[in-house]
Amino acid sequence: MSSNIDNQIICVDKISKFFGSFQALRNVSLSVNIGERIVICGPSGSGKSTLIRCINGLEQQQGGKIIVDGIVLNDSPESLAKIKSRVGMVFQQFNLFPHLCVMDNLTLGPMRSKKITKVEAESLAMKYLERVRIPEQARKFPSQLSGGQQQRVAIARSLCMEPAIMLFDEPTSALDPEMIKEVLDVMTELANDGMTMICVTHETGFARGVADTMVFMDAGEIVETAEPEKFFTKPETRRCQDFLNKILHH
Amino acid sequence: MNKIYLVIALSFILVGCSGNWGWYVVNPTTEGGYVNLKFLLSGLYYTILTSLVAIAISILIGLIVALPALSKNKYLRGINRFYVEIVRAIPILVLILWVYYGLPQVAGITIDVFWAGVIALALSDSAFEAEIFRAGIQSVDKGQYEASHTISLNYIDTMRFVILPQAIRRVLPALGNQLVYMLKMSSLVSVIGMEELTRKANELVVTEYRPLEVYTILVLEYLILILLVSAAVRRLEKKMNTGN
Repeated sequence: MSSNIDNQIICVDKISKFFGSFQALRNVSLSVNIGERIVICGPSGSGKSTLIRCINGLEQQQGGKIIVDGIVLNDSPESLAKIKSRVGMVFQQFNLFPHLCVMDNLTLGPMRSKKITKVEAESLAMKYLERVRIPEQARKFPSQLSGGQQQRVAIARSLCMEPAIMLFDEPTSALDPEMIKEVLDVMTELANDGMTMICVTHETGFARGVADTMVFMDAGEIVETAEPEKFFTKPETRRCQDFLNKILHH
Repeated sequence: MNKIYLVIALSFILVGCSGNWGWYVVNPTTEGGYVNLKFLLSGLYYTILTSLVAIAISILIGLIVALPALSKNKYLRGINRFYVEIVRAIPILVLILWVYYGLPQVAGITIDVFWAGVIALALSDSAFEAEIFRAGIQSVDKGQYEASHTISLNYIDTMRFVILPQAIRRVLPALGNQLVYMLKMSSLVSVIGMEELTRKANELVVTEYRPLEVYTILVLEYLILILLVSAAVRRLEKKMNTGN
């Protein structure tokens, strides 16, 4: 990982997280530079999702500190509000608003939190719907779309907030196999356009093609960090080798 | 709608019965019967008005009381529990009497019959509305809150645009049931003299001495009214579901 401090956009410093007596994160530190694409993988329950959910304030860490785009994440509503506006997130289960059409899903955030007009919000929404290649679905409801289309709408909804960083929490895990590619293609394009991204995913093809840095987590710790080529061919730790054997050779 | 035909058929059977029945009191073909029938039906205005105003107020109070129940703060949750438990423990009839006779003295204000009845009905129903809303809001997936968080919606906007529209769709059948319940409970405000269906019937019984016929008409009035409202609620429900 590069340690050029001027380029750093996310700094996670020795954070821990407990759910009751279960420790989900143990002194985790992670640094992300502007435009860097990080892919986090690891067995389920290893703390991958918890880590990225801490970065946008969906979970509160215990101990350590998080700085996003120069803003220290703390209890004050202002810091949380600022960080929320800088970080977009895409969920495994899409979490689209089922009672709103695609267009309204996309315009709600910009209209309410950025106070822009409906016309402006709709042109913004069309721009991003074209970017995820489904402008023709604008008036449909989420339930009328396939899983892949729904996830692309969810990506567009996040992009409408024009975030500096995008977090992806297993974005293809709930999809049928034939729909995974259309979502990964959109994510790859986004990466090629220079978006700073942290993706929790087990899609190794995507990781090899897109990631600048691979992060392997196990039992609440970052066990290994490496460039993709080295990560997939010569992993250093035993835990990482075991994990890669399981996901690569089946 | 079959139920309505059943009611009409039932009323014909009752009319046809001889013996102790004295249908002349409400026979619309005679002048006296027509006047009496009109007198009974004139109570419909206050029954419907009272119920609608009361249910509207009660939904509003219910919603306000339901929101602290969803808080992580135990004191806020405590306020909700306290309100719901207290209000549910008071019988409606007792509340009506207390609001009409007691509250003006305690608060030093004057409350007319209509508002006393409406306030009592609304308060007593609000605890049930609060429980309905709490359950409805809790049934909305937590991913919806998380998605709202990521697009920077504040609490009020999250509730207004994301959570409540979904919750209200889900509780609509329960709200419809509460309206039916309210129409029935509104008969209790007759005790403080509100001129609704039951009061009118009581007054006619006193002048005509034919309780059997007058109260039978009263039963039919409520039955038809409530069957119509139930059918309308079901229709609305269907419409909202297909619109999804």
